[in-house]
Amino acid sequence: MFAVAAIAILVTMALTLARLFMGPSLYDRTLAMNAFGTKTVLLIGVLGFLTERPDFLDIALVYALINFIGTIAILKFWRYRALGDAVEALKPSQNQGDRPGEGER
Amino acid sequence: MDLLLDILSWGFILSGGAFLLIGGLGLIRLPDFYTRMHAAGIIDTLGADLMLMGMVLQAGFTLVTVKLLLIGVFIFITSPTSTHAVANAALVAGLEPKLSTKETKSSLAGVTSVPGESLSTIDKEGASSQS
Repeated sequence: MFAVAAIAILVTMALTLARLFMGPSLYDRTLAMNAFGTKTVLLIGVLGFLTERPDFLDIALVYALINFIGTIAILKFWRYRALGDAVEALKPSQNQGDRPGEGER
Repeated sequence: MDLLLDILSWGFILSGGAFLLIGGLGLIRLPDFYTRMHAAGIIDTLGADLMLMGMVLQAGFTLVTVKLLLIGVFIFITSPTSTHAVANAALVAGLEPKLSTKETKSSLAGVTSVPGESLSTIDKEGASSQS
């Protein structure tokens, strides 16, 4: 039973990887990456049942959380080109605008 | 009783696998980013949660069940949130749906001018006031 589930998950992971590599926009790739992470969590759980060692579920738990945070972090990075404060991210460009003016004075 | 649990968990896991395959096929075959997001939503919520329910029925009343239920709750909360975040980011960045008309384009222009344009105008104003 779990072998069937593992095969279904693996086939879907292959389809998702295909979308991740041929996705035309960055957002397609992000979406495929998020779905791939969800299926990684499922695969870890199913493999734990398949080998009758369900201790891997802790790893699956952590992976589910990291997947969510990673997706949000990547989206924020594309949006603001920085992972910290968005207003702080604007300061270096303004400073770069300042420097030539000070040099001329 | 054992047979009933086995049949139930078989049903859950098989339907979860079917939804996973449907979602993967949709992720490949659908023509547009927003329609592909619909397929990814099927994978994230229905496929994952049905498969986790099947595993819960197999595990019985142990610590494994608690961990599986925790994973299910996390996925149930976080995956619609991240799908919504991806959709919002794509919409704000100006990615248009394939079937967008003039009216939807004008409404999209209202949406896309909220945070990104304001940040870029702040940048431009700061640069122009300093120069």
